[in-house]
Amino acid sequence: MSVSEMFVALQGALTADQDIREEIRKVVQALEQTAREMLTLLQGVHQGPGFQDIPKKCQKAREHFSTVKTQLESLKTKFPADQYYRFHEHWRFVLQRLVFLAAFVVYLESETLVTQEAVAEILGIEADRERGFHLDIEDYLSGVLTLASELARLAVNSVTAGDYSRPLRISTFINELDSGFRLLNLKNDSLRKRYDGLKYDVKKIEEVVYDLSIRGLSKEAAGGAGVEK
Amino acid sequence: GSGGFRKRKHDNFPHGQRRDEKENVNPSSALMKSFKSFQQELDTRHDKYERLVKLSRDITIESKRTIFLLHRFISAPNGDDILYDSEVKLDAVRRRIKQVAQELVGEDMYQFHRAISPGLQEYVEAVSFQYFIKTRSLISIEDINKQLIFTTEDREESNMFFNPRDKLPPTLSLKVTPVDYLLGVADLTGELMRLCISSVGNGDIDTPFELSQFLRQIYDGFTFIGNTGPYEVSKKLYTLKQSLAKVENACYTLKVRGSEIPKHVLVDVFSTKTELIDHEECLS
Repeated sequence: MSVSEMFVALQGALTADQDIREEIRKVVQALEQTAREMLTLLQGVHQGPGFQDIPKKCQKAREHFSTVKTQLESLKTKFPADQYYRFHEHWRFVLQRLVFLAAFVVYLESETLVTQEAVAEILGIEADRERGFHLDIEDYLSGVLTLASELARLAVNSVTAGDYSRPLRISTFINELDSGFRLLNLKNDSLRKRYDGLKYDVKKIEEVVYDLSIRGLSKEAAGGAGVEK
Repeated sequence: GSGGFRKRKHDNFPHGQRRDEKENVNPSSALMKSFKSFQQELDTRHDKYERLVKLSRDITIESKRTIFLLHRFISAPNGDDILYDSEVKLDAVRRRIKQVAQELVGEDMYQFHRAISPGLQEYVEAVSFQYFIKTRSLISIEDINKQLIFTTEDREESNMFFNPRDKLPPTLSLKVTPVDYLLGVADLTGELMRLCISSVGNGDIDTPFELSQFLRQIYDGFTFIGNTGPYEVSKKLYTLKQSLAKVENACYTLKVRGSEIPKHVLVDVFSTKTELIDHEECLS
């Protein structure tokens, strides 16, 4: 084979690769759109009246996940199944965002941390690499860290809205999360950088709890928990 | 690192309060259990990555040594010995690549691609350099990949790197990606430039012309790819152009001076020129 023939063949391979990336980008754009819509919807919980209809907002958000499912389904068809990590960076960001949204919805509904398997199920993908398009563990953890900062914000806003018991529950939750993350030996990568931000969220929530307890508001919340809800 | 962070954190809070919260966290809760399994999963992944980085470094070093060895080929009278030695060295490199392939059994190669890519590029450079010296042509990516198919007979020596519980497939293989190949070939041109200059120094008048033609073909190939490839490929194009210019200038000098100076003097003329070029290269 002559040198120029070899380069023609290589160029062909590179162009094919670019075409795949182009296709992936299109689907990812649509996914980002859906994710933005859900985020706007869920942002409503930070406003005063939003606290009353959290279940309704969660319900609406869950409806969006079916769109996400079909979009992810079409993403799967855009590239060979065994080359997930080759194109990973294209959907990494949006997948982390979706994990956050799923985790946020599940937290608002049940005040628990969504498991990796449960997120995968909500998104209609696999939890395990062997079985196809899956949720990478680092993406899952990144999404969970985004949840932590969102909850720090929620703690502040729920006080403003007069819900004094929520920050205490958030505090317990975040503390458990923090202990969980401390078990991990993170490398000096993006996940580690985001984990470094967790301590500020923990701090913020503890400050809120502190403010409530020196004013006796936390006891009031514990005593008359039903009043505010 | 994280130790410092923990310490700072402790100072920020009264100890009593901190202990209360610690008690709230149940070490056997579902959340803690799943994080323990995450810890394991991440550690396994990082360990594998580190092993691959180490293998990649070994591959790089051995490939570089092979290239240095091959540079001696022109000046040495016993060329065949050197070619044989380089083959032995490359076999050693391939054994390392086999270990890489073993690490990657059942994994997605691209997940760990960044760990092994530098080594593979250097290997492509070495193997294509040897191939050029032997055949005066460019080795194809298919030929490179053919050499990276391994059988699993000698399994004992690699047991320490590989979990024996896992089932070994009958053959292992590793595929050099087109981009790795291209980057390796781009590096090869730098070696060819050095080969060209030193061969003139040794009084070989024909090799520079042959090389300039070969380099021009490769340069044409790279311009054909242009910016379809990733960023690194287009970055190498600039260096490639410089190498080509050096070789073309050398040929020019040979042609011009060659017609007016007797052959035995020419070598002296060029030797001084070579030093100049080498000096420039060091600076850049």
